[in-house]
Amino acid sequence: MAAIFTPGLKVAEHAIVHKDRRLPLEGQVTVAVGDQVTADQVVARTELPGKIYPVNLANKLGVDAGRLKEFLLKGQGDKVSEGELIAQTPGFLGLFKAEAHAIVSGTIESISTITGQVIFQADPIPVEVDAYINGKVVEVVPGEGCVVQSAATFVQGIFGLGGETKGVIAMGVNAPTDRLEASAIDDSMAGKIIIGGAYLDLAGLERAIAVGAAGVVTGGFDYDEIKEVLGYEVGVAITGGEELGLTLIVTEGFGSIQMAPATFELLQNKAGKRASINGATQIRAGVMRPELVVTFDDEEVPDQKVEAPEPVGITIGDQVRGIRAPYFGSLGKVAGLPVEPVVLDSGSKARVMEIEFENGELAVLPRANVEAIER
Amino acid sequence: MSDTVEQAANLQIRSVLATDCGSTTTKAILIEKVGDGYRQTWRGEAPTTVEAPFEDVTRGVVNAATEIQELSGRKLVSAEGRIITPEQSPDEGVDVYISTSSAGGGLQLVVGGVVRSMSAESATRAALGAGAIVMDTFATNDKRRPHEQIERIRQLRPDMILMAGGTDGGTRKHVVALAERIRAARPRTRLGGGFNLPVIYAGNEDVRDDVTELLNEVCDLQIVNNVRPILEDENLAPARDKIHDLFMEHVMAQAPGYDKLMTWTDAPIMPTPGAVGLIMQTISRQRGINILGVDIGGATTDVFSVFSEIFNRTVSANLGMSYSVSNVLAEAGLPAILRWVPFDIDEKMLRNRIGNKMIRPTTIPQTLEELKIEQAIAREALRLAFIQHREFAVGLKGVQQDRTIADAFRQGGDDSLVQMMELDLLVGSGGVLSHAPRRVQSMRMMIDAFAPQGITELAVDSIFMMPHLGVLSTVNEEAATQVFEKDCIIYLGTCVAPLGPVREDQPALRVQLKMPSGELIDETLDSLELKLYPAARADEVEATITPLQRQLDLGAGPGKPLIKTLRGGVVGIVIDTRGRPDIQIPSAASQRVPLLERWVHALGEYPEEGS
Repeated sequence: MAAIFTPGLKVAEHAIVHKDRRLPLEGQVTVAVGDQVTADQVVARTELPGKIYPVNLANKLGVDAGRLKEFLLKGQGDKVSEGELIAQTPGFLGLFKAEAHAIVSGTIESISTITGQVIFQADPIPVEVDAYINGKVVEVVPGEGCVVQSAATFVQGIFGLGGETKGVIAMGVNAPTDRLEASAIDDSMAGKIIIGGAYLDLAGLERAIAVGAAGVVTGGFDYDEIKEVLGYEVGVAITGGEELGLTLIVTEGFGSIQMAPATFELLQNKAGKRASINGATQIRAGVMRPELVVTFDDEEVPDQKVEAPEPVGITIGDQVRGIRAPYFGSLGKVAGLPVEPVVLDSGSKARVMEIEFENGELAVLPRANVEAIER
Repeated sequence: MSDTVEQAANLQIRSVLATDCGSTTTKAILIEKVGDGYRQTWRGEAPTTVEAPFEDVTRGVVNAATEIQELSGRKLVSAEGRIITPEQSPDEGVDVYISTSSAGGGLQLVVGGVVRSMSAESATRAALGAGAIVMDTFATNDKRRPHEQIERIRQLRPDMILMAGGTDGGTRKHVVALAERIRAARPRTRLGGGFNLPVIYAGNEDVRDDVTELLNEVCDLQIVNNVRPILEDENLAPARDKIHDLFMEHVMAQAPGYDKLMTWTDAPIMPTPGAVGLIMQTISRQRGINILGVDIGGATTDVFSVFSEIFNRTVSANLGMSYSVSNVLAEAGLPAILRWVPFDIDEKMLRNRIGNKMIRPTTIPQTLEELKIEQAIAREALRLAFIQHREFAVGLKGVQQDRTIADAFRQGGDDSLVQMMELDLLVGSGGVLSHAPRRVQSMRMMIDAFAPQGITELAVDSIFMMPHLGVLSTVNEEAATQVFEKDCIIYLGTCVAPLGPVREDQPALRVQLKMPSGELIDETLDSLELKLYPAARADEVEATITPLQRQLDLGAGPGKPLIKTLRGGVVGIVIDTRGRPDIQIPSAASQRVPLLERWVHALGEYPEEGS
């Protein structure tokens, strides 16, 4: 059987990062392979079809659906403006005329003589995709988008809310074990990405939103407070579309858990630099993690897309973190990889790892409950 | 059935390799003729290889088959890397190779109909019966405005749409309105690839030309017979068969490697839940019993039932033990989960732990406390999925029915086909049930979640073999049922539970059992008790059980004694006097926790402290 391997979160001081920049619908790519782009530069644009508005004009005019076309002033495919007269009945001796007006600017998509329904399609909505990070275009998929590649510091979180944004990194705490308090967040942090430590409470998050911060990165956050801030529970970890006012990235998990020191140190070293962050999380097939990227803009990057190396299994001496109680959030290194399955306290039999934690404690954990800290 | 299968059936199948390509794991089993019967002899598994970097499902299939090859010594994979069929010798190849698949998220459908509780419901039943996940159901009376429906159809990217509506000769206008909305949305396929989205029209046959005119250009339109030709009847088979055909032609053919896999198999590849439904129906038909089955996974929970020969399947798309575990919390609420936790726990901590399981879905309980929490959540996931199933599994709506006096007094006045007093066998499947450290834990989870009434046998699927056996039943029903009985199903035992609320301060039942050893048991059970009487599956226990409270009914009528032969299993016979239809559990932790501890102790569910 294949080795059990739990992919870890990547925390790399230096990595080659590439980002797929795709349009939701076919459109126009505005860059070419080899172009240097900046994070805010538009790389592709398209137009999304406008909303559909069905209206039963036959009912509105008080005519039989089969005769609707006799009274229409516009045909299928015609452009209309909001409020424009589009249908009229002759009435009786010029009186009691019934009229219908376009309810939206756009096009008449279809006219039904069976149901009497006329479907309007509103004008298309322009959509632009930016480069998200500074870098070089290494691939273009005509009509769809491109791939931007850069040398960067790259930090993945475990869970996030909100989509892509950019801002300058500002420290909100001094140590990875600190809580990020609301009192530490002030107006100078508007537009910035605030780095917290072990915990952020609801008051802290609300304060960050109030001052107009672009994002917050924290080790832990309480699960039940997501509902407070969003107004609904996140039952399945598929996020990114929330309109929170900022982007939240949780690096360790729910509860109060110190941020991994390596992660904290890396972010601390990047204070004052501009970062791109994305809270989008998808924990299913095609897994997606929230992320923070700070590019090295002076460094020359390869012209070809550099594929990430295949992940290798965990070996003795590797840095790992426990990801389930009773060792949730504990950091340590692999001390042993016994081959034979072991009966756990729960009574289940599972393959295990021996871990030496930072406090010197040696413990046996199921392999499934351990995550590599990838660098 | 393919020619190969027909030939093999005629020649007597000697060996079968069956695979199930799941979202994460491809599971293979080898079935061989041993003596007079068929047995499942070896199994192997390997990660599914539908996604990058492999993007070829057959690699996972070959890896899983190779594991069996190594364990069994039977050569299954040729030098060219494909499954060897037919059997060349007892050590090489298999007569039949078959497969099911739920890789890539399974088969996802959008369903439409005119009236939500009539044609749309019939179409939903056809889709679910085919093994699909129904992403949304549209109806002209579903309270959404037309533009909202159109927006939603646009957002969803299903594998296909099943559109019903109207009885034959019935409404034209509403069916056309529905087709107009689908046309306006111009729906796109999930997997892209420049194909038009398949739309199956299974509605009023008089409107076929109108529907064709509207949809032919924008979709790959397929027309089949009406799912609801008259109000009083459903005709689901043509729609269901077409869904299976399109699943093979469109969905599977576009998924990486499936074009190759389809040439290997001797029967069409089936969606995994469709195959589980088939085996359930086969067993129900052969044994003449009412059956209820559940498969609880990480993301979804499927419930299957066959009552009075009517098959129903539901899938609760967001009730599961890992990816969807937080949704169980959201839907059930914390108090509902806590009522199964036999110790005090800080609520915030419990919420955080459940959230952490959602974001690290592959973790497993290491401590006993974690296991108990996980099993408490499982009870609620199962219970909610079952409620959804009971609500869905009803007779046809819109039909005037003759009701007898007995119907009028039927439990709760509900019209579900699933009546627990009439259930004979409850089968559980899925990690939390199949892999519980002690079988009694699975039995207790199922009793708590489904609250069976009267006399009910309980069982679990040993290694999630039901999908394989479902597709095998299309090739060789005899082999499928033999393996189901001998290797797939593990009988846990029988649950005896009277229907009716119990008066807590009074004894509930007098239990007289004649055990196979000759021992006679004659005792009184108090209310709110669970009691285990160990007995094996082969044992026949002569039982006379008498309600001591007039309202309690074991199936013979309120207050009347029940005389019956009971069978045990790997756990035994469990008598449950905790009240029905709802199990009576106090809400205050100070009363609840000691009671839960007593039940845990009575069944020996967990290792005792200090043992």
